[in-house]
Amino acid sequence: MSEMSKIVRTLSNILFPFIMIFGLYVIAHGHLTPGGGFQGGAVVASGCIMLLVAYGSTWVFEKIKTSRLSVFESLGALGFIGTAFFGLFFGGWFFNNFLVRNGIIFNVVPATGSTLSNFNTAGVLPLMNFSVGVKVIAGLFVIVLVMGYASSLKEWKQ
Amino acid sequence: MSIRTIVAIVFFSILAVFFVFTALMLSFGEPKKTDMDDYIIMHTQNETGTNSGVTTIVFDYRGFDTLGEATILFAAVSGVIMIFRRVKK
Amino acid sequence: MIYNLPFIAVVAMILIGLYAVLFKRNLVKMVIGITIIESGVNLFLITLGYRWWGENGGVVPIFTSAPSEAVKSAPESMVLPVPQALTLTSIVIGVAVLALMLSLVMHLYKHYGTLDVMKIRRMNEE
Repeated sequence: MSEMSKIVRTLSNILFPFIMIFGLYVIAHGHLTPGGGFQGGAVVASGCIMLLVAYGSTWVFEKIKTSRLSVFESLGALGFIGTAFFGLFFGGWFFNNFLVRNGIIFNVVPATGSTLSNFNTAGVLPLMNFSVGVKVIAGLFVIVLVMGYASSLKEWKQ
Repeated sequence: MSIRTIVAIVFFSILAVFFVFTALMLSFGEPKKTDMDDYIIMHTQNETGTNSGVTTIVFDYRGFDTLGEATILFAAVSGVIMIFRRVKK
Repeated sequence: MIYNLPFIAVVAMILIGLYAVLFKRNLVKMVIGITIIESGVNLFLITLGYRWWGENGGVVPIFTSAPSEAVKSAPESMVLPVPQALTLTSIVIGVAVLALMLSLVMHLYKHYGTLDVMKIRRMNEE
């Protein structure tokens, strides 16, 4: 695919930081408000795909190789499973929440009933949210990039 | 009207009657009372320390299903990359 | 009967998707029909767990700045949280299946040159 006109490129340059900050806010506050890892990852992936449409897939594919994006996705999956195994080392069972009452960070228990939001709560959950968010961003971006580049080669047009 | 159109209309009307009869028999707003959901709502803030009841089910009480879902995402991405590979000569 | 409107919407979505899969000849229209069936099943899973309370309906089970009279009568005023958590998994599975279906459709177009199901079948029988 070739690139689009100058108006489209300028507007997507301006809009991309706002979309990324909103997506990272949805990922980071998953234990207080509706949202979490999967939803915020889909929002950030939509912003990256908007840039891919504006600049053309042939130019983007030469700058970003898919082997580097696969490293991102593997890091996200390893972070998720590593956090689950740490629960097995420090407690008794798999997926143990070992940071709730006696941990280093995220160790405040909120009062029962309707409270205001406190970011320092909820033991292992923010770490798991970040790992799954990175995995979903890399996975959805690689799918659209590979499909977009493969449809512009000469042997695929008839 | 050929035979194909008549068979299509008869099949779809029988299927629609079955589905609508089942949908009218359900009650909207009064599910069956389970002990699992009441326990989770009352004990969320004490045991896990989160304010949200849905995220702690996805990652803490039923974290094994999220592990299976992450495996499905990984298998789909690797399948798409494998279909579009070019073998270099 | 007017209160069962979400269930009637689920039945309508499943029947429209089933019509698109059975009676259309283009491959991309069949894929769109499968996606509509999947959306209908997700909606059915959420409306099974709704609980009516008071005059404005149920409250979502999140305790950050919740209304105080909903927290006092705690387990009867809140919606069941387990079906909502399982619908999240179902949506992600739908995305993965859609990605694989579309790449297989592209591969078929490169090999046969057309997207019509009847013509592909005739080309295969020769």
